[in-house]
Amino acid sequence: MHSPARHRFMLLILGGVFAFLYVPISVLVALSFNDGGLPTAWTGFSVKWYGELFRNADILQAGLNTLIVALVSSALATVLGTFLAIGVEIRRRRGRLLEALIFAPMIVPDIVLAIALLSFFSFLKMPMGLHTIIMAHVVFNLAFVCAVVRARLKSFDWSIVEASADLGASTTTSYRRIVLPVLAPAIVAGALLAFTLSVDEFIIAYFTAGAGRGSTTLPMQIYAMIRFGVTPEINALATLAIGLSVTMLALAQRLNKGGLPGQ
Amino acid sequence: MTPLLQIRNVVKRFGALVAVDDVSLDIAANEFFALLGASGSGKTTLLRILAGFEDPNAGQILLDAEDIAHVPPNKRPVNLMFQSYALFPHMTVRDNIAYGLEMERLPRAQITSRVDDILDVIQLSPFADRKPEQLSGGQKQRVALARALVKRPRVLLLDEPLGALDKKLRGAMQLELKRLQNEVGITFVVVTHDQEEALVMADRIAILKDGKLLQCGAPREVYEHPVNRFAADFIGVMNFFPGQAEPGGLRLPDGTRFAAGDPAPLGPAPHGPAVAAVRPERIRLAAGDNSLTGTVSALAYHGLDLQLHVETPLSPKPVTVRLTADVAEAQTLRQGDTVTLGWAARDTRIFPV
Repeated sequence: MHSPARHRFMLLILGGVFAFLYVPISVLVALSFNDGGLPTAWTGFSVKWYGELFRNADILQAGLNTLIVALVSSALATVLGTFLAIGVEIRRRRGRLLEALIFAPMIVPDIVLAIALLSFFSFLKMPMGLHTIIMAHVVFNLAFVCAVVRARLKSFDWSIVEASADLGASTTTSYRRIVLPVLAPAIVAGALLAFTLSVDEFIIAYFTAGAGRGSTTLPMQIYAMIRFGVTPEINALATLAIGLSVTMLALAQRLNKGGLPGQ
Repeated sequence: MTPLLQIRNVVKRFGALVAVDDVSLDIAANEFFALLGASGSGKTTLLRILAGFEDPNAGQILLDAEDIAHVPPNKRPVNLMFQSYALFPHMTVRDNIAYGLEMERLPRAQITSRVDDILDVIQLSPFADRKPEQLSGGQKQRVALARALVKRPRVLLLDEPLGALDKKLRGAMQLELKRLQNEVGITFVVVTHDQEEALVMADRIAILKDGKLLQCGAPREVYEHPVNRFAADFIGVMNFFPGQAEPGGLRLPDGTRFAAGDPAPLGPAPHGPAVAAVRPERIRLAAGDNSLTGTVSALAYHGLDLQLHVETPLSPKPVTVRLTADVAEAQTLRQGDTVTLGWAARDTRIFPV
């Protein structure tokens, strides 16, 4: 069907696409190990910029903030998103509008969501800080967790819940011992996805952080630093962030796919 | 002695649809009872009412003379074996079976010994640590059965228990289920659409149609004495000859008269348009009380018996005849032969249409 020449041409395009995607990232990773610190010349391998990074109090504080925001918001979003997904699935016949409303935060541009949340918090005269970032992140993470869990629920056999009741379990016990364990891979995958999204989210955090330096997250810190040029420290930081994101996403993918066989 | 389970005037409506329409049944202790009907007959709804998954709009479900119609499923001494088996995919065979006993908060040691016993009974001990997806259809079916049986329910409900199995396995499991029921001494109520399955397994059969109870009786009774044309057609194979009912028989359009020896025991004798009915195995290749002549249109050899289709103007469909294959006449029959069929008046039933 395909001639060898054509096949080679397709491979070339594929290679080009991957190069376009990954060369800049590879350059960044490579430069984070560049002893000299200048993007123009390679002067030898070194991990000293990672050392610098961990001596920078601002970065460490921002990292801690990011971790707090990501952990709390993904935990909240996971609990709420899971129950939301189950509730929507049970009452599926109520129409599609509900579904569209739930997924709106995934589709609405971040900037719109950011401005909306900022206006909302100002309207309530709520002092802003880490807690408002957390709330804002719950809003969009909820939609992602819900989407992942719902995908799993599509193939969920509700007769096992009836079987559990038939065997003497209360509704609470049925959820604890049957529904949640069967959905666990999707719930964990949703949580990891939420955590990852929260860690590198910039626009919404930037708008809802308030004025204080105490609520600066890592992406905001990087943005502040980059105004004075890309420093090798930022390269090192970015490399760590990439490592973290890739690990989390791979874990999420693996869990959700390989979870329970036969489903 | 009062029956173990009494279903009294139960009604279940889904919007405008009456799924179960004023059904009353008594089921005795240790009985193997079959609810038989086509899809949409209300048999599964009735079973789900017994299990507690549907709330009846009216009527009572008495178990040991106590009304359980509105008791939630987890508080009933009744267990259901689901058609899809509904095994817990994240648990091993052993954990699946132990689940119901854990809900009763029995001591660990007792749970283990009861699970081991039942694993032995269903011959799945070597598979105790497998997950459901590693089992064959027949094995899953046995696990589902064990999971319900291990709770020693007063009544075990089975929803199309053999529906997902292939034909050969189904035959073996019919006898197996019957043997098991005898052994454990638990009342079984099984829902099936397969009349043959009901005849083989059940002590008594209830035939449902459009939510109504049509007939209830022992297999022989419903086979030999169907109450109406539908029941006659639904159970086994039946030949029908349309005509006009008259006292003691039926007049066919060409003037032939078929005599019926078994007047309907209930109600007035039928009159007006009616059908005469006769079972294929009651027909002989010789003139009898009732006779007709026809042409053999098809011959099928089944080993033990021979099935004939005979075309006759008296019936819109070919008449089905079942002969023992070693009958002398049967061995020389060819397609296209003209044959005389006859049967006794006592094997003829008349049903109004």
